[in-house]
Amino acid sequence: MLGLGESAQLLSLSSPGWGANLLRGLANSLQIAFGAFGLGLLIGLLGAYGKLYGGKVTRDLLAIYTTVIRAVPELVLILILYYVGTDVINRIAAMMGYGRVEISGVVAGIWVLGIVQGAYSTEILRGAIQSVPPGQLEAARSFGMPPLMVMRRVTIPAMMSFAVPGLANLWLIATKDTALLAVVGFNELTLETKQAASSTRAYFTFFLAAGGLYLMVTLCSGVVFGWVEKWARRGQPSLKGAR
Amino acid sequence: MHPSAAATSAATEDAREEAIRVTDLHKSFGSVEVLKGVSLTANKGDVVAIIGGSGSGKSTMLRCINFLETPSSGQIVIGGEEIAMRADGTAANRRQIERIRTRLAMVFQQFNLWTHRTLLENIIEVPVHVLKTPRAEAVTRARELLARVGMAEKEDAFPAFLSGGQQQRAAIARALAVDPSAMLFDEPTSALDPELVGEVLTVIRDLAAEGRTMLLVTHEMKFAREVANHVVYLFKGRIEEQGPPAEVFENPKSERLKQFLSSVS
Repeated sequence: MLGLGESAQLLSLSSPGWGANLLRGLANSLQIAFGAFGLGLLIGLLGAYGKLYGGKVTRDLLAIYTTVIRAVPELVLILILYYVGTDVINRIAAMMGYGRVEISGVVAGIWVLGIVQGAYSTEILRGAIQSVPPGQLEAARSFGMPPLMVMRRVTIPAMMSFAVPGLANLWLIATKDTALLAVVGFNELTLETKQAASSTRAYFTFFLAAGGLYLMVTLCSGVVFGWVEKWARRGQPSLKGAR
Repeated sequence: MHPSAAATSAATEDAREEAIRVTDLHKSFGSVEVLKGVSLTANKGDVVAIIGGSGSGKSTMLRCINFLETPSSGQIVIGGEEIAMRADGTAANRRQIERIRTRLAMVFQQFNLWTHRTLLENIIEVPVHVLKTPRAEAVTRARELLARVGMAEKEDAFPAFLSGGQQQRAAIARALAVDPSAMLFDEPTSALDPELVGEVLTVIRDLAAEGRTMLLVTHEMKFAREVANHVVYLFKGRIEEQGPPAEVFENPKSERLKQFLSSVS
């Protein structure tokens, strides 16, 4: 075990400390988590509407998507989507007469995790949309709102209170799933930590520090989602005291 | 402020302009035929009360008029404009339906106020976003309407914190905010506690006195008799009897209507 002084030196932001590397890894992780969560929400919204209102073909395709993605372990999905994805892009590039394309780790990470997140958000948002009392939508239609306006002005705000707890879970999963991208060599927090640890042999120090950083992300997220949930539940009586 | 009774009857007698015409309306849910050919005309200023037992098709008929339910067949003409229908009864033109819906305003049994918006936001929602009224103008008008239904103090309240009667009065204000050419009331007092019915009926009575065109599905027979100038009795998807309230209530011809009236009074 290292002393506190040595640990502080190892974690310091300036050389020879590895703190800056860890923070850079954290920034990369957060960037991917944000991107993937956002992409996942977009896919989820389209997916939920497709499942609820789409034709038979749309619904079948979406059922295959959500089933397969949720059945296969995420690590395997990341390996498949990453290698297949880069391969497909390179083949297309070759066909169009370009050379090998270097794919940015952040973009690849966002796509891969976004597709995984999309499957889960499809189900969360589908459930939330179905929980909106039909009368709310009927009232909107009865006053001549076109379908997209009903979605934007009534369905989405009204479903938020049902969706937020599930989406908060999904966001936390996104922050941690970024660690899986270490297997494809992306310099997110876990890989940076591993490199720092193996260079200095101070495994305990660095992984404890990384754990602390993940915990901080979770705590901050908790505060933010607390605000979001409060906003989403505006107009609803508190359940305190109701049994 | 309130027009005299003479003015009201003048409005109904002089302006025989047609507001709503329904011809041979049929509606089936699966194999169950709920409406079996209903025809009805309401002129401007008419207050038509639609009465009947549960399952008689009265709510379905009202909901077919603004296409919340798709009729199976028939013809619906709103203010002289026929709603284009395909052979299977579905609306041929969504934009036409949306445009016509903005001229009709519906008041629901379950109020259906948007629970994530305050009363003021509920009332300006359609004027601002659908009718593109400038926001400041819509807010001024919404405050007037809230005052009119006795809810001026509550503009920042959310619907869930109000009584049913208060919610329904706000829902009526929301309907008035689009300045509708006709209003459709779908059992507006059926979900209310008995002591709250009166406050809502007072508001509707006011609107009738103003000469508003209204179709009113209701279980309140005394009220129907008082405010309506035409009463329609539906039985199993057909109009069994209709006429001025005095005749329908005092002197019903059909056996079924007699039975119905004695069962509800």
